[in-house]
Amino acid sequence: MTEIPREEYILKCTSACAGCSDSLTLRYVLKAAGPETVLVVPACCTSVIQGIYPHTAMNIPVYNVAFAAAAACASGMSAAFQAAGKKANVIVYAGDGGTVDIGIQALSGAFERGTDFLYICYDNEAYGNTGMQRSGATPVGARTTTTPSGKIQVKKDLDGIVAAHNPPYMATACAAYPKDLFSKVQKALSIRGPKFIHVLAPCPPGWRFSSEKSVEMGKLAVRSGMWILYEREFGKVTINGPSKAAMIKPIPLEEYLEPQGRFKGISSEAVAMLRSQAERNAMRLKKEEEGIC
Amino acid sequence: MTTRARLAISRPTSGACGKTGSWRVFRPVIDREKCNSCGICAMFCPDGVISEDIQIDLDFCKGCGICANECPKKAISMEREEK
Ligand SMILES: Cc1ncc(C[n+]2csc(CCOP(=O)(O)OP(=O)(O)O)c2C)c(N)n1
Ligand code: SF4
Ligand code: SF4
Ligand code: SF4
Ligand SMILES: [Mg+2]
Repeated sequence: MTEIPREEYILKCTSACAGCSDSLTLRYVLKAAGPETVLVVPACCTSVIQGIYPHTAMNIPVYNVAFAAAAACASGMSAAFQAAGKKANVIVYAGDGGTVDIGIQALSGAFERGTDFLYICYDNEAYGNTGMQRSGATPVGARTTTTPSGKIQVKKDLDGIVAAHNPPYMATACAAYPKDLFSKVQKALSIRGPKFIHVLAPCPPGWRFSSEKSVEMGKLAVRSGMWILYEREFGKVTINGPSKAAMIKPIPLEEYLEPQGRFKGISSEAVAMLRSQAERNAMRLKKEEEGIC
Repeated sequence: MTTRARLAISRPTSGACGKTGSWRVFRPVIDREKCNSCGICAMFCPDGVISEDIQIDLDFCKGCGICANECPKKAISMEREEK
């Protein structure tokens, strides 16, 4: 792996909450992408933490765009760069609400058209910027401001939806594994066509844990099997090291749930649903890696 | 007025969101005796305020405590700001 560059592309400092995983994720995305990059950012925490007009902490070009339009905007931008003979990375950087709910048709359209771009969804499992309302990516049992006694439905399988478009590259990552994230972004950008990375981004105020535990929470998600790190390159699945280890010997799911206030008082039925969804995902990926399905 | 001037373009500015160090309730303090300069704290600082030579920029450090939590040597303590 190439060494992680020292350059920072976010000037000190954004207005992100202390301990924000979105910020940590973005730091490494930009280190991997470098200066020849344009970010397309729909409404989300990221669009807010950039700064207030006429100032921004972002030291690369960022295009802020309406919620539903991010991937469509990136399609046009990518085509324009191509027509002008310019080489630039076009990266959509969007939240889970902007991806699994509001931006999904534009995302599907761009992947179907074969747009040369990278779509990154950083997933804090709710509408963070507007005060933590539930999204399609909120897990079952989690309390949000609109699900005060815990969400009833399970988390939408965004990766399954993206996989159905057969992109040349897709991966999951987590803010707590920045080197893994860095190399996945670099790999994605080396491939032509539509690429996708889904990053789990633990959010201290939203998930109700104290700020110093952000990285720890991401590691617990992976070690408990609630989040699986893998890549699918031209259809071939590779489960990454930390998740391989978690599949052999996972930590108890409770070690991930208990430190988070959003899961306080979660019902045993919801825990069982979380567990079975995680087990099903692991089984499916393992079979796919072994070439069984 | 040119088209360009009519677009709302924000310019990169250091301190675009103010000196975020003023948010801190707890301040990270490094015990240089214990620190082995591994760089793990700097790797995980969400705001990138720890330099290569492990100096913390207190003008911007928000006091999240991730560095202290992740330091394998337990070389960082979080001490209450006096204000
Ligand atoms: C069409 C439209 N509806 C609603 C909003 C208000 N809004 C702005 S950001 C946001 C939440 C975005 O959630 P997500 O995409 O998960 O990003 P996060 O804030 O969690 O980073 C909402 C609802 C908007 N800007 N535009
Ligand atoms: S709400 Fe969560 S994702 Fe948004 S800025 Fe705060 S910590 Fe980051
Ligand atoms: S993580 Fe701890 S030991 Fe490593 S450089 Fe930081 S303070 Fe020093
Ligand atoms: S307390 Fe948080 S913001 Fe401050 S140096 Fe440590 S990790 Fe960075
Ligand atoms: Mg969100």
